[in-house]
Amino acid sequence: MRYSVLQILRQGLTGNRGWKPVWREPDPKPHYDIVIVGGGGHGLATAYYLAAVHGLTDVAVLEKGWLGSGNVGRNTTIVRSNYLLPGNQPFYELSMRLWEGLEQELNYNAMVSQRGIINLYHSDAQRDAAARRGNAMILSGADAVLLGRDALREKCPFLDFDNERFPIMGGLWQPRGGTVRHDAVAWGYARGADRRGVDLIQNCEVTGFDIANGVCRGVETSCGAIRANRVAVCVAGSSGRVMGHAGLRLPIESHVLQAFVTEGLKPAIPGVITFGAGHFYVSQSDKGGLVFGGDIDGYNTYAQRGNLPTLEDVCEGGMAVMPMIGRARVLRIWGGLVDMSMDGSPFIDRTPVEGLYFNGGWNYGGFKATPASGYCYAHLIATGAPHPVATGMRLDRFERGAPIDEKGAGAQPNLH
Amino acid sequence: MNGPFRLDGGLIDRARALAFRFDGRPLTGHPGDTLASALLANGVRLVGRSFKYHRPRGIFTAGSEEPNALVELRSGALREPNTRATVAELFDGLEASSQNHRGSLRRDLLAVNDLIAPFLSAGFYYKTFMWPKSFWERVYEPAIRASAGLGRLSGEADPDCYDKGFLHCDLLVIGAGPAGLAAALAAGRSGARVILADEDFVMGGRLNAETHEVNGRSGADWCAEAVGELASMDRVRLLLRTTVTGAWDHGIYGALERRTDHLAGSGGKPRQILWRIYSKRAVLAAGATERPIAFGGNDRPGIMLAGAVRAYANRFAVGAGRHVGLFTNNDDGWRTAADLARKGVPVAAVIDARDQEPVAEVPGARIVMGGRVTATRGRHGLRGVTLATGERLALDCLAVSGGWSPNVHLTCHHGGRPVWRDGIAAFVPGDGLPGGMSVAGAAGGSFTTAAALAEGHGAAVEALDGLGLSAAAGEPPGASDESVEVSPFWHVAESRGRAWLDLQNDVTVKDVVQAHSEGFRSVEHLKRYTTLGMATDQGKTANVAALAIMAGQTGNSIAETGTTMFRPPYTPVPVAAFAGRSRGREFRPTRLTPSHDWAEARGAVFVEAGLWLRAQWFPRPGETRWRQSVDREVQQTRGSVGICDVTTLGKIDIQGRDAGEFLNRIYANGFATLAVGKVRYGLMLREDGIAYDDGTTARLGENHFVMTTTTVNAVLVFRNMEFARQCLWPGLDVHLISVTEQWAQFAVAGPNSRALLRKVVDPEHDISNEAFPFMACGEVGVCGGTPARLFRISFSGELAYEIAVPARYGEALMEALMAAGGEFGAVAYGTEALGVMRIEKGHAAANELNGQTTARMLGMQRMVSKKKDCIGNILSERPEMNREGGLEMMGFRPVDRSEPLAAGAHFLAPGREAVTENDEGWMTSVAWSPELGHSIGLGFIRNGHARIGETVRAWDGVRGRDVAVEIVSAHFLDPDGERLRG
Amino acid sequence: MLIDHPLLGPRDAQEFVVLGDAGLIDRPDRQAGDAARRFHEYLHLRNNPAGEHRELWFHEQGDRSWLVVTRDTLTHEILRVELARDVAVARGRDR
Repeated sequence: MRYSVLQILRQGLTGNRGWKPVWREPDPKPHYDIVIVGGGGHGLATAYYLAAVHGLTDVAVLEKGWLGSGNVGRNTTIVRSNYLLPGNQPFYELSMRLWEGLEQELNYNAMVSQRGIINLYHSDAQRDAAARRGNAMILSGADAVLLGRDALREKCPFLDFDNERFPIMGGLWQPRGGTVRHDAVAWGYARGADRRGVDLIQNCEVTGFDIANGVCRGVETSCGAIRANRVAVCVAGSSGRVMGHAGLRLPIESHVLQAFVTEGLKPAIPGVITFGAGHFYVSQSDKGGLVFGGDIDGYNTYAQRGNLPTLEDVCEGGMAVMPMIGRARVLRIWGGLVDMSMDGSPFIDRTPVEGLYFNGGWNYGGFKATPASGYCYAHLIATGAPHPVATGMRLDRFERGAPIDEKGAGAQPNLH
Repeated sequence: MNGPFRLDGGLIDRARALAFRFDGRPLTGHPGDTLASALLANGVRLVGRSFKYHRPRGIFTAGSEEPNALVELRSGALREPNTRATVAELFDGLEASSQNHRGSLRRDLLAVNDLIAPFLSAGFYYKTFMWPKSFWERVYEPAIRASAGLGRLSGEADPDCYDKGFLHCDLLVIGAGPAGLAAALAAGRSGARVILADEDFVMGGRLNAETHEVNGRSGADWCAEAVGELASMDRVRLLLRTTVTGAWDHGIYGALERRTDHLAGSGGKPRQILWRIYSKRAVLAAGATERPIAFGGNDRPGIMLAGAVRAYANRFAVGAGRHVGLFTNNDDGWRTAADLARKGVPVAAVIDARDQEPVAEVPGARIVMGGRVTATRGRHGLRGVTLATGERLALDCLAVSGGWSPNVHLTCHHGGRPVWRDGIAAFVPGDGLPGGMSVAGAAGGSFTTAAALAEGHGAAVEALDGLGLSAAAGEPPGASDESVEVSPFWHVAESRGRAWLDLQNDVTVKDVVQAHSEGFRSVEHLKRYTTLGMATDQGKTANVAALAIMAGQTGNSIAETGTTMFRPPYTPVPVAAFAGRSRGREFRPTRLTPSHDWAEARGAVFVEAGLWLRAQWFPRPGETRWRQSVDREVQQTRGSVGICDVTTLGKIDIQGRDAGEFLNRIYANGFATLAVGKVRYGLMLREDGIAYDDGTTARLGENHFVMTTTTVNAVLVFRNMEFARQCLWPGLDVHLISVTEQWAQFAVAGPNSRALLRKVVDPEHDISNEAFPFMACGEVGVCGGTPARLFRISFSGELAYEIAVPARYGEALMEALMAAGGEFGAVAYGTEALGVMRIEKGHAAANELNGQTTARMLGMQRMVSKKKDCIGNILSERPEMNREGGLEMMGFRPVDRSEPLAAGAHFLAPGREAVTENDEGWMTSVAWSPELGHSIGLGFIRNGHARIGETVRAWDGVRGRDVAVEIVSAHFLDPDGERLRG
Repeated sequence: MLIDHPLLGPRDAQEFVVLGDAGLIDRPDRQAGDAARRFHEYLHLRNNPAGEHRELWFHEQGDRSWLVVTRDTLTHEILRVELARDVAVARGRDR
């Protein structure tokens, strides 16, 4: 069913009783060419691009819960391509370009809203670091504007420019950054993949891999064994647990990243604002809630919840730069499990097990990467070669001495 | 002064009248009122507009679960959007405004949304607004955003202050209804440390809203007495107006106490306190929330929960209407009819969905058993209802009860999932409760007063037992068991018109059905697709009926359908409360150097560095631009002598027989051979082989070293060294202590530095070049016997020293140095001049040591010893970190010497396109060199040493500049180091 | 969270800084023939179990002890707290 204004009018006039399911609910077949483990944003995007770009449709996505129940369902919805290093930035810029055409391609309005993202700076050194980053962005084909204090004040008069500790000198602005309605991304990709023949299997948990002589030939699941020529894992947050079934150790730790939303408010802030000197980033959803977050709690965990100190730290950051949000009330606090890698950057790679592929280690940055992650993962699975913008995202990069360490924090996952 | 709907009795103080305004209209109420009860007493029924369709909304509940009656409270910077009128305590002078409408509340222009509602069904926005592409940000989204949202922020900084506190107890009791009071009494009488917290401003919970008796007396009277007894106990703390909002790990609960929200102003006192409560055990006695029945037009002002209508009558002495009807599926609902009748409010009809004998007689009421309400009428307030039989009744208030849902929220904060109990048609706590928590009373599904009292008492006794405290609690208070029979009934299928589930987000039964038909069938899909339960009330009244309807669609049971996750906070908490006092200046601790006051008195400009405030430069009269001051400071230092407070450098005292060996492993270069009385520069690597800090370490004695670190890494270096000491080499005899705060330290730099120091250092110490050469150190006396440490080290490249004294003498030493330097024209210099001089010398600092830099990039690869075991040397040899042609730190100067340089520029070969593939490195630090008379820079560029003399572009697209620069040595001044050895 | 410090009793986790997997105590021998690989695995391939995890916490706002905390990463329950120095010695680390 194609979505359009006319369709809405037609359905509305007939009591909205004619809407068709967005996806089928098929039973799994015993064998597929490709099985994707994980029906979150990246898994669904991978399935979509396998079908749409490479014409591979003998594909199943296995999801242990409901479609989109990965971190695509619990993030702070920010999209941006304002990275620093050549190992990252071209990849995220590809992602941004895919976001920009996504809705028309999928015939699904994911509310890609390019209202801009601003990283605040507070000192000469931070300004210079912002300039270095902005230049790296422009070199990659992205957009970047270094805003001085006055230009920033025009956009965000409510910021505490004269904060006694971190007076705001300006910001690095990416006008094309913004937010996307996160759940809709999963639904849009799911619908697109389903329409091209991909089987989306919900409530089907992978419990093991069928590996013999170093070759992966399928998966064990809660719905029985499924054989496949290629198995592609895409379960960020649970990567350690799932890849453990294949006997692989990863340069990844599982951590919890908390996020917060306030009650709905009339429009109060434009775009996304990030305060790196504290630990705070915020945007406002179309429904009016201020969606914000900060740092991870810092300890390994598989419980989808954090603790008070982090929440307090994030709100302190918020009050430092935007004291007008003090009387907005935090409505909901949630935690998502994130794969924190040893350099803060992700992996899209083959594994030492033939036929087994791995995509994970997304740290804080998985949501914005969704289109490019799916696109590059599909490219790798279909062609056997890494996509040109993802050549650095290999599992062996630490052994080779080629980490992609944006923050310079070293092999310390909780500092990235 | 009584409003037209005021009744007799209740817990209000009629002796005092409180004036307030709603949408500018002056009204009065009494102490004991909420804003909602006062509005109802005055006959105000329309109080707001719904989120999506802007439908008229009235007061629906009498508690924190309220979905409808949200107002903007107060004005100006104190404006507080989305405040629930049902919990806002009335005070004299209160101002409230309705929200989410354009034009007046009665004539909201955005109510047009309701007219086109057929086209705005669940998820409509995912299916349109895609054409043309650019219209989303420019046209559609702004319109949606303006129409959505609820209240308005003031746009001004929150002027109130907020506090945080820590409390400890044996037993935390959450909720002061019958179960909570019984628990607190049992534990308190046993001598346990008890905290009893309740969100209301009167303790007692439903006992204040009902006519139940406890121990033979009225519930409210018994509460007052119980609270009195608890208040008299030393070890019991009563927290009124305090919501326990979250269950965190290890028995820690977050609670928000509202201290001044019920007053006209905070008077400078904290508005709210965020408590972190450390409990050994907790009893959750949070009660239950009533839920409605969905039927056509069930959202009009005047349609309320039955228990709320009862609470308004009994507690607040307000009749919610004059022709009240009741629609229920349970026995409890009938109590509303009985209580209203007793209060003299005419009950026109009782409609019970159950086809059985009437539960009671209600004088004057039309009783309809097996009845259904199918439609309602009344634009801005209820005027009547229609039954399935076609019968029409004139009503101005319809009290609805679909049964009660236990408040299980806090039981789920650690991932626990509630389980369905058929007998009461409700979810009750399942497994996975937070450790130490037990549940009593209605929160656990036991809905009678007698059960609540007994369970609360029992839970406390059990908790004390678990703690090894003996309970001396006596018997639980007694009450009769009321009938709470209920038959599940969620939705009047015969309804005409839309039947509403989520009253705030305008989710209808039809939306749920549509979500199902489109494949959004899991509870999470249902929530996310329809926005059910995502409003400010998080669906406290709405969710269960919606789940039941989805279950009906899928053919699964409600138990199989399950619930969405309950997440903190239980009720919303202001951002400012979580931030507490960490705002403005107090956002982070401030560290001040010993010479801070001295510098401040001389007009220094300060800059933040690792929580320290450091003098950036010292402007003199007549200097209008910072460069003038900095240039002068540099020139005077290089020309004569300058003094800089460098106390902020991390200082670590290292002692023990193995101290030398320990340092040998901490630093990449060797330290074991350092002679006593000498200082050495050291480079530290992380275990991954990346350079992360540098500094100097002095050997003051055979077994005694003092290390300096960079300012920003002081804490991290110390932490890592303790790790190495305790975890890697516990057998080494070495001890560490941070002495950053204990020693004030000053750099004295410039050709006249020795002459200056001779006037300060006590004469018995020979500091001549021969006796105290470059890289010497020693303990000396200054100013007549004050103990000090002198180091002959130089960051500026000049003949220079650093001199340290115990921090308490710091300011005095600064004054002594400046006084002694008078004859040389000594200047104080700040971090800018420090930076200029280190760039002129080509010393790496934070911009270069950014955690991405190898020793090789810094040109220090030869310092990394291959012979000894030190942190980082093995992994520093990884192949891609040692590829030929990698980045190397170099100096840069503009080909046109008059051009300024900028840090952050990237290097491109001349004529190459500005794309990532051609990126050759970047400029890390720049300065204007007063000595050279032009800009200079440091930066990393590929294969730099082999390219000295080559011209490249410092491309700075983000600032629109592109400057030709020449690659040079990073040592701009005195490359052979003659000055510092002189 | 609360950490029951072996010397000081229960302390709020906020006083501590967490480093992670206690396997970082077992720093490889640089003399080993395959030291490069061992150091890589030591530093980059850490334990990340869903369940009992032994991890290093530093009492930075307290007595500067490094602790080995055994904690369940599914429930956050803390099962054991030891001085890291004792653990290191017991694992054969010396000079």
